[in-house]
Amino acid sequence: MAAGVAAWLPFARAAAIGWMPVANLPMPVAPSNKNKRQDELIILNVSGRRFQTWRNTLDRYPDTLLGSSEKEFFFNEETREYFFDRDPDVFRSILNFYRTGKLHYPRYECISAYDEELAFFGIIPEIISDCCYEEYKDRKRENTERLMDDLEDNKDSKLPNMTFRETMWRAFENPHTSTMALVFYYVTGFFIALSVITNVVETVPCGYMPNQRDVPCGERYTEAFFCMDTACVMIFTVEYLMRLFAAPSRYRFMRSVMSIIDVVAILPYYIGLVMTNNEDVSGAFVTLRVFRVFRIFKFSRHSQGLRILGYTLKSCASELGFLLFSLTMAIIIFATVMFYAEKGSSSSKFTSIPASFWYTIVTMTTLGYGDMVPKTIAGKIFGSICSLSGVLVIALPVPVIVSNFSRIYHQNQRADKRKAQKVQKARLARMRISKSGSSTAFLHSKRNGLNQSLELTLPYYKMKLSPQGSLEEDQQLKKTTSLLESQHHHLLHCLEKTTNHEFVDERLYEQGYLQTALQNFPSQSPSLSSEEGITGTCCSRRPKKNIQPLNATHTHSHTHNLQELSALHIQCGEQQPLNTSRSSLNLMSDESGSLNCKSSGLVTTAIISIPTPPSNNSRASPDAPSPPNPEAPPLLNPSSTDVVKISAL
Amino acid sequence: MMNLEGLEMIAVLVVVVVFVKVLEQFGLLESGYDDSIEDELELSAVRHRPEALEQLEAQTRFSRKELQILYRGFKNECPSGVVNEDTFKEIYAQFFPQGDASTYAHFLFNAFDTDHNGSVSFEDFVMGLSILLRGSVQEKLNWAFNLYDINKDGYITKEEMLDIIKSIYDMMGKCTYPILKEETPRQHVEIFFQKMDKNRDGVVTIDEFIDCCQNDENIMRSMQLFENVI
Repeated sequence: MAAGVAAWLPFARAAAIGWMPVANLPMPVAPSNKNKRQDELIILNVSGRRFQTWRNTLDRYPDTLLGSSEKEFFFNEETREYFFDRDPDVFRSILNFYRTGKLHYPRYECISAYDEELAFFGIIPEIISDCCYEEYKDRKRENTERLMDDLEDNKDSKLPNMTFRETMWRAFENPHTSTMALVFYYVTGFFIALSVITNVVETVPCGYMPNQRDVPCGERYTEAFFCMDTACVMIFTVEYLMRLFAAPSRYRFMRSVMSIIDVVAILPYYIGLVMTNNEDVSGAFVTLRVFRVFRIFKFSRHSQGLRILGYTLKSCASELGFLLFSLTMAIIIFATVMFYAEKGSSSSKFTSIPASFWYTIVTMTTLGYGDMVPKTIAGKIFGSICSLSGVLVIALPVPVIVSNFSRIYHQNQRADKRKAQKVQKARLARMRISKSGSSTAFLHSKRNGLNQSLELTLPYYKMKLSPQGSLEEDQQLKKTTSLLESQHHHLLHCLEKTTNHEFVDERLYEQGYLQTALQNFPSQSPSLSSEEGITGTCCSRRPKKNIQPLNATHTHSHTHNLQELSALHIQCGEQQPLNTSRSSLNLMSDESGSLNCKSSGLVTTAIISIPTPPSNNSRASPDAPSPPNPEAPPLLNPSSTDVVKISAL
Repeated sequence: MMNLEGLEMIAVLVVVVVFVKVLEQFGLLESGYDDSIEDELELSAVRHRPEALEQLEAQTRFSRKELQILYRGFKNECPSGVVNEDTFKEIYAQFFPQGDASTYAHFLFNAFDTDHNGSVSFEDFVMGLSILLRGSVQEKLNWAFNLYDINKDGYITKEEMLDIIKSIYDMMGKCTYPILKEETPRQHVEIFFQKMDKNRDGVVTIDEFIDCCQNDENIMRSMQLFENVI
């Protein structure tokens, strides 16, 4: 329940009077306010700064430090106030959370300090409200990245007992580890540069042949260039093979981008070697030489910035795609318009729409070569609109790409977007859980018999209870749930009584749905209860003593498919466990109650609900649970396929 | 020789349109209706201040302290001092997370909004609560009758009752045990009418209602249930 809405609970309960004349069943008794304190101000002294608030305000969130009895540990008897030796500035936003129901993250605050305070006061960060949540997540991410960077820096210290292969791989990946690695790094870098320069110089015209024609150097000094090329390729090949040998996962290495670049860089040479004799494919051979330029990409092993640029382009694929798409659209539109505009003029260069593409592209990118120029008035008008819009269309996605690049450059390669999506999903899941928490809380308390569902028609077991007994119960109860919760549950219980239906959780609902679909007698399952003759509920009501471990077991049992374990703890004391005239259920628990009393004083009774195949009848049902009961309940082997539907308590 | 062909016409038109738009941007050319002014006058919300504490004390059966507590809660959720129907529905829905409480909240809202002005002020709120929590059984039954009588004509018809009961069942939501069937609300209405409609004329009047409720032990007992809510 939200914070402020808790104040409206009295109203909601009062409005429940509207259901009374309609209900056919008697209503449960309201939880009593015997221990009700007059609402009082409490003082919270945080490192000298005093905050004051109503006690009720803090009680709104009973699972935090301030809302639970945990704060009693900090109570100072002399000054009658609660003293916390924590940061008072952060405490301000924490206290505001209780007051307004929204947790805000102050921007000036350090993220780890804030996290620590939240953890101290028992508040989960996921409930930071939407206005501040993005900021919080961003800061958190930066912080973890920084921590991880620090961690990585420390990892470089040499680990003992590495195999030769592993040493080699580390040397390749991180040239700063040893001198040899550094030497290797520089040598390969030098040869890459050499190879690229060779390729370039090959095509430069140098010198004249007797027939007055410029000849590129490559043709003049063929042997020299061939030797140079061979040397480089040999070095590259050796390097590639060494990397392949040292790689921890050869398959993965072979698939990586860098290795593909390596292969593409050296392959043309080998293909060229093989194909020199064949003159027909010399054209293809020339094309292959183009691929030699890929050697320049080998530099990306040497340059961090180059790698990041490549990664940026990859991660900005959507923006680039958008840019391309919008450009294409604009080009087509303007090309068409220009073509038809210039159709009239004679000797127009705009011979077809594709021919106009060239004009449009040159104009939109503000190049303006001037080889194609509109001559008609309409052409000029549209041409100017084209160039104006070109600037806009191109300018729009560029800042996005730039900012991406700078962010990644500073943070060194992360899959940010994917991670953010995962975190967002996790956050929404947790919020959903906490929202459904209130309804599941009710169902939990139902199963645990928390509702003091002593009906107004006093069943005879109530008569047996002495007044002290009930007082004890109340006190025990108060320990486990807040008054607010019990009142809310009482309200929901009244609604159940009014409509003569019960709240169940999804799983039971589906089971029940299947059952009614399969079975002929829909009322078969609750027949247990109808036999008992106590008003339509099929639960055995017991005063709930020790609920805390219960919820834990209960949530664990949710993972069992179609099996539900509700454990009741019955405290064995002088007080007789309720001896009702109901089904064998109660008899069982009584038995097991006396059984284990001597050992621990706590008895776990399992009430099992297992899905039922249509063939069984509930007559067999009371027997099924009895065998497992005296044993440890979690180890449950239903001996028969008979299924018992004992509904939620 | 201004021989304007079709395409040139279009070109000129485009230029003129752009020109006009630019002028509009600079505010030199006013065109279109100005709904902007209305946006400025954002109806700075109805701010309502309740009557003084003493007056409320006199009019209702709450003590001063209780009124203070009530008002604090009220003001926390509705800082403007009045609740409109949407907020009301939101607040009420928080208590019934599994079902849909909006229809019943609508009826409740009409029951609290005694002067039918579309909003519930603190006075309305407190008057209603005073009847519900501190009123005599007669008054409470009166209030319940008022709630069920949707069109406030003094008679509860079967359709009205069906609406009310359906809205109550809506609050249970889908996951109930036993499964909610289509005819359950209708059956419930039948039971209700059998009990209440003494002269079998198809409607329940206030006297029939009060008579019948006073004779029913269960109802009488449950009316006392919420005495100590505050």
